Amino acid sequence: MSAQDILVVAETNQDAPADITFELLGGARELAGATGGQVVAVLLGSDGVKHAAALSAADRILVIDDPQLAAFSPDAYVAVLEHVISAEGPRAVLVGCTTIGYDVAPTLAAKLNAPVVNGCKAVAVEGDALKVTCGLCGGKILADVAVAGSPAILMTLPGSFRPSEAAGQAQVETKASPVPLQPGAVTFEQMIMPEAGDVDIMQQDVLVAIGRGIQQEGNIEMAQELAETLGGELAASRPIVDQGWLPTTRQVGKSGMIVKPKLYLALGISGAPEHQEGMSGSDVIIAVNTDPSAPIFDVAHYGVEMDLLDLVEPLVEAINAKKG
Amino acid sequence: MNIVVVVRQVPDLIEPLEIAESGTSLDFDEVSFLVNETDDHALEQALLLKEAGGGTVTVVALDCGEVDDTLYTAAAKGADKIVKIPVEDELRPPAPPAAAALFAEAVKGLQADLVLVGSSAHDELEGMLAPLLALKLQLPYVGVIRGVRAGDGSVTAFKEFPGAVMAKMNVKLPAVLGILAADQPPRYVPVSRIKAATKSTEFEEVEVAAAAAPGVTVQRMYHPAAGERAEMLEGSEEEVAAKIAEILVEKGILK
Repeated sequence: MSAQDILVVAETNQDAPADITFELLGGARELAGATGGQVVAVLLGSDGVKHAAALSAADRILVIDDPQLAAFSPDAYVAVLEHVISAEGPRAVLVGCTTIGYDVAPTLAAKLNAPVVNGCKAVAVEGDALKVTCGLCGGKILADVAVAGSPAILMTLPGSFRPSEAAGQAQVETKASPVPLQPGAVTFEQMIMPEAGDVDIMQQDVLVAIGRGIQQEGNIEMAQELAETLGGELAASRPIVDQGWLPTTRQVGKSGMIVKPKLYLALGISGAPEHQEGMSGSDVIIAVNTDPSAPIFDVAHYGVEMDLLDLVEPLVEAINAKKG
Repeated sequence: MNIVVVVRQVPDLIEPLEIAESGTSLDFDEVSFLVNETDDHALEQALLLKEAGGGTVTVVALDCGEVDDTLYTAAAKGADKIVKIPVEDELRPPAPPAAAALFAEAVKGLQADLVLVGSSAHDELEGMLAPLLALKLQLPYVGVIRGVRAGDGSVTAFKEFPGAVMAKMNVKLPAVLGILAADQPPRYVPVSRIKAATKSTEFEEVEVAAAAAPGVTVQRMYHPAAGERAEMLEGSEEEVAAKIAEILVEKGILK
């Protein structure tokens, strides 16, 4: 362990290492190249050992194995990570902007009296400090931030670093929790899986995705007609699901599904990072939005600056004409 | 149950965001503010819990970013008490660590069983308010919550995981929850009721000491460079529709 090491907080998702973990390992590898330190992955769980081999892009893999860590608990995670980070003394800690990262990273930083930045997209060593580029305001603004002091806790946006799954000769160390863990005030009871029965949007070739620009529930019908004309299905960004207009099974993005259709037609979706996380891997992305500065146009291949409500009907006609 | 809801104003992303002359922050003179979306959901969740099981809802806000309209709206929706915390700069919202310290001082005196705050805000750069507030209050915390049910001395909170998966969590009270979405979308309230609330609502003001300076330095704030942007399709609705249909044929999506 050295003060130049980069520590990655690894996560699993539905019994496999999460995609973000490989991205953090990729980012940590770049950063460790600049600091001259090692990459250390830390994985918390009750059966973490079985996932350790997948993390061998790290130089060292530290598995903290404890029955109390079988399911996520904010208190237990913070307590263990606080101890591990104090003991390791790394230069920086990469944590994902995830449902787990959001709960633990700010608290960890405060407990360690360490600097923390949210929305990290890139990081470089600049003298004694780290220069971190962060995205905020739904991806519309970037900030270059100097982070002095160690360890810097970097809450990293998914999609920021090239994933590293390189198989190396990483050394796996399995340890019991370094701090006594008791059930705390927040306890996990059970996982609730999405209701079966709806279409699986991850299996569709064509998705017509609607966002706030649809304006009213009554307008969904025209998007549905467009989806049917294209032989596809409807998907949505989070606000539409929060309104109860479509079920959670149709939600694309951080908290919903990760989709990679042949066509992703984004209607009235601004394209915040949380949404891009779920659809940027689509083959062809066409975005329609009235706001020319909408971040969706950064990932779309084709863009239209227009009110979707004006475009959908002519588009259905044009497609029908092509189908002859 | 005494529920305290923390509400923040954030820049409206629909309006253009200008950078200040200093080059290190937004130009707050030009920013339009609106209520942070997840805080609005936190308020809705509080009102739903009150309607289901009784109790009180107290809304706490910093006097910053044109917050009064948001607070009158909260009163019109059914908040029982509104507490406003004066701050030095009424234009510029404080960073999460400073905001957490200010809110914690005000919330401490309110004997809350449950504190609800939006899980995140799009302008949070130095950490996040919700977990930092819980730490300052020395209360348990769990965030990214989509729905809460009241129990006896505890609540059930549904924490969102990727893939539309939820973790059912039991949370002993008192506690702080970071709300992503309420069980129902935030309620609509007619303008007439907001106007009435403007006349009938009195804000309680709580003076608290200013918090310490943040630990990181913004060197530069800027708009993302127009890099590999989408190829924009121009023309009338019909012309654009024809171009899209043509692209779909070219790409083999439309056969």
